[in-house]
Amino acid sequence: MKFSEKWLRDLIDPGLAHDDLMYELTMAGLEVESVEPVSGAFEGVVVARVVSSDKHPDADKLSVCQVDDGHAVHQVVCGAPNVRAGLVTAYARIGAVLPGDFKIKKAKLRGVESSGMLCSAAELGVSTDADGIIELPEDLPTGQTLVEALSLADVSVDLNLTPNRGDCLSMRGLAREVGVLSGKPVNATGGVVIPASIDTTFPVELADPQGCPRYVGRVVEGVDISRPSPLWMTEALRRSGLRSISAIVDITNFVMLELGQPMHAFDLGRLNERIVVRRADEGEQLTLLDGTDVQLDADTLLITDTAGPIAIAGVMGGERSGIQADTRDVFLESAFFAPLPISGTARRYGLHTDASHRYERGVDYELQTLAIERATELMLQIVGGSAGPVVETVSTENLPEPVQVRLRQRRLNELLGVDIEPEVVDHLFERLHFKLVNRMQDAHEGVIWTIEVPSHRFDVSIEADLVEEVCRIHGYNNIESRMPLTHLELRKVVLERSTEAQLKAQLAGLGYQEVITYSFVDPRQVDLYDPTAQPMTLANPMSSEQSVMRTNLLPGLMSALQTNVARQQSRVRLFELGLCFVPGEKLEQVQMLGGLIWGDRLTSTWHSRSELVDFYDIKGDLEHLLNWAGVKDVEYVKVKDEIMHPGQSAEIRLGDRKVGRIGRLHPEIEKKLDLPHPGYFFEIAGDTILVRPRRLHTQISKYPSVRRDLALVINEAVSAFDIEKTVREACGAVLIDFTLFDVYRGKGIDSKEKSVAVGLTLQDPSATLTDAEIAKHVNHALQALQQRFDARLR
Amino acid sequence: MDLKAILQSAQGAVESAADERALEEVRVRYLGKKGELTALLKGLGQLSEAERPKAGADINAAKNLVQGWLASRKDSLGASQLAAELASETLDITLPGRAKPVGGLHPVTQAVQRIEDIFVGAGYAVVTGPEIENDYYNFEALNIPAHHPARAMHDTFYFGDGLLLRTHTSPGQVHVMESQQPPIRVICPGRVYRRDSDMTHSPMFHQVEGLVIDKGISFADLKGTVIEFVRLFFEKDLEVRFRPSYFPFTEPSAEVDVQCVHCFGKGCRVCSQTGWIEVMGCGLVHPNVLEKSGIDSEVYSGFAFGFGGDRLAMLLYEVDDLRMFFENDMRFLRQFN
Repeated sequence: MKFSEKWLRDLIDPGLAHDDLMYELTMAGLEVESVEPVSGAFEGVVVARVVSSDKHPDADKLSVCQVDDGHAVHQVVCGAPNVRAGLVTAYARIGAVLPGDFKIKKAKLRGVESSGMLCSAAELGVSTDADGIIELPEDLPTGQTLVEALSLADVSVDLNLTPNRGDCLSMRGLAREVGVLSGKPVNATGGVVIPASIDTTFPVELADPQGCPRYVGRVVEGVDISRPSPLWMTEALRRSGLRSISAIVDITNFVMLELGQPMHAFDLGRLNERIVVRRADEGEQLTLLDGTDVQLDADTLLITDTAGPIAIAGVMGGERSGIQADTRDVFLESAFFAPLPISGTARRYGLHTDASHRYERGVDYELQTLAIERATELMLQIVGGSAGPVVETVSTENLPEPVQVRLRQRRLNELLGVDIEPEVVDHLFERLHFKLVNRMQDAHEGVIWTIEVPSHRFDVSIEADLVEEVCRIHGYNNIESRMPLTHLELRKVVLERSTEAQLKAQLAGLGYQEVITYSFVDPRQVDLYDPTAQPMTLANPMSSEQSVMRTNLLPGLMSALQTNVARQQSRVRLFELGLCFVPGEKLEQVQMLGGLIWGDRLTSTWHSRSELVDFYDIKGDLEHLLNWAGVKDVEYVKVKDEIMHPGQSAEIRLGDRKVGRIGRLHPEIEKKLDLPHPGYFFEIAGDTILVRPRRLHTQISKYPSVRRDLALVINEAVSAFDIEKTVREACGAVLIDFTLFDVYRGKGIDSKEKSVAVGLTLQDPSATLTDAEIAKHVNHALQALQQRFDARLR
Repeated sequence: MDLKAILQSAQGAVESAADERALEEVRVRYLGKKGELTALLKGLGQLSEAERPKAGADINAAKNLVQGWLASRKDSLGASQLAAELASETLDITLPGRAKPVGGLHPVTQAVQRIEDIFVGAGYAVVTGPEIENDYYNFEALNIPAHHPARAMHDTFYFGDGLLLRTHTSPGQVHVMESQQPPIRVICPGRVYRRDSDMTHSPMFHQVEGLVIDKGISFADLKGTVIEFVRLFFEKDLEVRFRPSYFPFTEPSAEVDVQCVHCFGKGCRVCSQTGWIEVMGCGLVHPNVLEKSGIDSEVYSGFAFGFGGDRLAMLLYEVDDLRMFFENDMRFLRQFN
């Protein structure tokens, strides 16, 4: 809501300076978003009359004018096409300063002396109109400063109004609100009644009385459409952010700004038989005022005549019935449309207009006649004509009922946490025009007020609304603050779960940098990183690059990698913990942890050459995390995964459940991304890594442990996992540690085999192991390896 | 050879011994089995009874003297050798250590953890919820029916079938109220989504929602909590003001402005010269919202607040462009490690 401060002050003198008024508005919930001067900064510009205008002897487009500024007549050379004798305009005297610190000096133009300059609206920063010099009303006294003549000592204030305050979308409403805040009297707006001078009326039928319970219409015949809007009106519109269009449209807009009632003017000559307000038939068509064709749906409330739709009610008029250059007779509409059908409509058609903005927030349902009288008054003044009678078509039972609301003193004080004197509430209700229906004293509740909500407030219907009003007018900042009192309850700390913060700290300790990437990604990324997925797709994305929901963390991690590679980072370690969205019969929102490493293992320094990371770096990190979490019996299983290197990747399994995967990206993908080195990642379900199995003490043996190392020759295909599993099964609980500390291939070993060195640490909880026992256990292990894998000692 | 001459030559030999081996040779030459002083002792027998005691004493004194010289020479040789060894092991202690580079947490995570810590300390529980919500939890249950003008303030991302990306963390309130009876004290941090993008808006950002429901909770309690939180979070004694505003799920509703953390209200780039920074919306929980979730609004009241985790992180770390948070440039992120 943009308005002229001067206009507001014409309606109420709040006894506040500009800054204080702005502060009061903001602190009452009408947030002042911006304040802008209504013109550029200039001085030395006055109202002057062009006495004569003659062609410049040496220039086709210039005129030599004699200009009377009230003190003397000056010769001014002017290039404007509209300069003419008799024109009253803006004259910048010698010594004047125009916006942009442009100083006016005596000059010679093509050999002719020019003392000063005639100005366009654009040159003065009054509007963007640069077509010619400004044309002022002829009755302005010459010599008066332009600032005074046009009341330019004014500002346009833009309010950021919340949707509940539709009552402040007019000067009348704003003045009323400022009256509440300042306690000062408000001047009346409207109220002049224009009696009918002709009998012409136009019939109106309410076929959808729920959508339109009240329609006030009036005919004005014989208007002179060629007469322009007066300057005061175009200035008022301009300062409120509206453009002047034509006198009649300007009048309807002015009344909307002044009183808050959206209005529409039809060309009576183009209306057929009668107006019917009804719902559209599916598929009906309408060409709107702005020239667009719309296909109407059955939910749309329409203004129609017998030839079809002529306007979308409360949103925009149609082209066929609009005011045109040959319009002589006008039919004015001032209606009350219910908020609900309008807000749906405006959104469905993507038409947000000043009218729909007001109707969807609620227009005072008792304002229609006042507004049509005001518009008639202005029309007769500006474009002439004769007014017919005001005709109101109303469905009383469908008008909003005046609401009565009760406020209990006890409840008020409890909710605000302060004691407010009942007399203060009495006074507030009075200022808010809340009519007191009943005021009683109750032993338990204190004073109980019952008030009737005025027709301009659509946001007050329950007690809490009254509590808010009292709080707002009393002043939020006048309520003391305190801390809630509560019982000291102890916090439950779950034993078998780590917090996300603890997990993230582990990752940071491993050298990983946390990233936060968008949950919506490019569908091409999902094709690349999860080729079989059918991701959740946004119906209204901001761009196609952010149009589907990620199904895993790779799109974000890989984009972050690319960003950092492009920025010359040679060592990248990233992680993200976040939701992935897996559609299916039931949409799953799964928390996943993903890690990605790329480039140098360590930053290369004086003590280490730079080496690139490999599979075992990422695996070591994941093992560290799993050990930290206490997750046991994890299996790494080779499976076919299209996006991973077939020889350097694994699925992570916990029992039968796949909980993640780890490995190198498929080299084809690395190539597509133009990565100079391989990248490795892991992905694991958050609920796997965030569980923390309960730790329990087992007795530590006080007898010595012994270690036996074995060098084995074994088939190349046998995995380390299988060797460990076999040895552990063969030895049983006496084997307290197993380590695989060397793998050798090459000279001396068959190419289908490898040499593997393993260390077995044995310990008995209750006795020192004898040599014979040790040999027995080691032999069991060897025999098992021999039987299963044909392994032998080297 | 007379004793004096032997002593003189022994002294010279001890002093000129360059290392421990040479010194040992000197000892052998004078004190060894065939050493010169040992030889003198062996020759005592040839002296007369009368001469023998004195000569013996003299030789023993000489022997002690030489032993003393040898010992002190040995000490000094050892010390200088150690010094030489230590000198040879000297490192350039200004060379950097063999460190593993550390990683770190995203600044928004750090800010949100800080927020959580502050509230958890007062007995609030931290709850999280789904990011894809349905219309009911994001709007209906929060007193925002279809066609409500407030929906226009939300710029929602939709999927169809009534599913959408949550536009605020307030659905978290509803989940908690449905599953728990008062007293309720929770905060709900998480990602939220709105169709908006510029220097101060990202289509994805973080909110932290707070909810307290109990008997006798008032606007004064809300004010106290919010003011205390702001001051603790920034560790600055900032002015805080409450402006009436409108959220369909709270009433009275307020926007909270904080004195600019950067200029303390003088006016600067951070606060667009106003001296104030808008940091959150809050209010008393609307009775309709309580009732919809099965809580008796005549018995209980509550307050709710919601603020931007990213916004607070920007102010705390003096980051001026929100989009930096989601570019994930490691040079930017490392600054907060």
